[in-house]
Amino acid sequence: MLNSWKCAFKQAFKQAFRNRAMSVASMFSITAMLLILGLFFILVVNVNMVSETAKKQFDTIQVFLLDETTYEESSVMLADLKRMDGVSEATYQTAKEAMDKWKVKWGDNAYLLDGLEDENPLPNSLIIKVSELEKADATVTRLKTYDGIEDIKYYKDTVDQLLKITGFIQVGAMIVILFLVIVSVIVVSNTIKLTVLAREREISIMKYVGATNWFIRGPFLIEGILIGIVSALVSVGIISFIYYKITELIGPEIFIMLSTTMVPVEFLIIRLVWIFLALGISIGACGSIVSMRRFLDT
Amino acid sequence: MITFDNVTKSYGTNIGIQDVTVKIEKGGFVFLVGPSGSGKSTFVKLILKELTPDKGSIKLNDLEVNRLSNRQIPKLRRSTGIVFQDFRLLPQKTVFENVAFAMEIVHMSQRAIRRQVPQVLNLVGISSKATKYPNELSAGEQQRVAIARAIINSPALLIADEPTGNLDPDTAWEIMRLLEQINHRGTTILMVTHAKDIVDKMEKRVIAIDKGRIVRDDANGCYGAYEDEKLPGFLQMGGVFNNNAE
Repeated sequence: MLNSWKCAFKQAFKQAFRNRAMSVASMFSITAMLLILGLFFILVVNVNMVSETAKKQFDTIQVFLLDETTYEESSVMLADLKRMDGVSEATYQTAKEAMDKWKVKWGDNAYLLDGLEDENPLPNSLIIKVSELEKADATVTRLKTYDGIEDIKYYKDTVDQLLKITGFIQVGAMIVILFLVIVSVIVVSNTIKLTVLAREREISIMKYVGATNWFIRGPFLIEGILIGIVSALVSVGIISFIYYKITELIGPEIFIMLSTTMVPVEFLIIRLVWIFLALGISIGACGSIVSMRRFLDT
Repeated sequence: MITFDNVTKSYGTNIGIQDVTVKIEKGGFVFLVGPSGSGKSTFVKLILKELTPDKGSIKLNDLEVNRLSNRQIPKLRRSTGIVFQDFRLLPQKTVFENVAFAMEIVHMSQRAIRRQVPQVLNLVGISSKATKYPNELSAGEQQRVAIARAIINSPALLIADEPTGNLDPDTAWEIMRLLEQINHRGTTILMVTHAKDIVDKMEKRVIAIDKGRIVRDDANGCYGAYEDEKLPGFLQMGGVFNNNAE
């Protein structure tokens, strides 16, 4: 068994080398596919990241209380809210605390708020964090039944819009990726079919001598997988380089402005390596099995 | 060794072989002769299960050939050595590798390969060409390599499909002597041929097929009337005469 694997590997290397032109051709096509695929993958990952950040930023519901609402009344509300499904945190914020936060936020310009401290225009409020954005609606509906609330503020429409866009991009990218995978299987199987065709006679001789189908298929399969692995590594290299250059080019300032970041290069490379290796190997393997089928029918 | 029992195989309306019943004993040396399209190839293909008979049963030793599944075909072919008119060597492998290949597919160890291949190459008389590629060899040498490959796994049966068809008379005789030598070692040989002088001189069992039927089966036969179907009738008279004189 070990012996025959060794033999198959030896064969595969020899074969790939003897059919250099073909091997390089299939490598180019798989690499090209993986590159396009990788760009879409980067897009999806970053869009994901943006939507996650957005969800985090907008997972807060602010409830402004009427001035006449007592602390006791609001405590009841809080207790009730904390029992609700989808609420991860609910706190009471006094008008003074709110003012302090503003001051911190405004930093150097905080002196502008100085005169307002005695007659604080800010209301007392409840700050509710929802664990799942999708449940924010239910929470808000519940809040509306309480008395003593002046206003409820949350960014549902904005988030909805954002999620709609990101969802659309994700689905679109997935379709493109699926399509590309299919195309690359076809391209690779065609390339391998050519090498098989060139060796049709050889295969028929092998069958006459009594080689099993797997014995014949083995080297082709390994050849396909090898080509897949090399293409995967090459494309990961290229993509990482491009991505690194892009993040460098955009620079940190723009990200701060947009209050989001891009997925870090290292994070991406580790995932890309695995995904591409899996894809490359399966594309190579499927390609060779599909293309051999016709020749091995007995 | 080989038993055909009422075997019929047709291709649409064309008959391959019809109601063939024949038995070839172990250790025998048998010529299968007949004009082109007479069913010789069908006969061989049926033994190798390249074709499945419409009717009848084929046995190779205890193996019911027509009942083998596709997965069992490689096993059948390994127990049978085959030599073709066009040698069918793997062009990208050396002489040594071509012969070793037949051992690799039955998962023999590299050590066994290194030991046995030179022995067989020596037996067929081409040990000096072990590192050459097939296209660097003469036709006779290539056929020797093919024979070496066919016998390396010590098959009980060696099928030779017109093994001398591409060779000049002298080389053809060398190959025949080699086959005879292999036969003496106990391997059953079934040789399909058109070579009248070889069949006549060897004086082995001759099975003649025509239009899919066995028309003659002589223990020590000669080629008979089928020497060349392409020759015009009057030239074939010689053959007929020959046959009558027998």
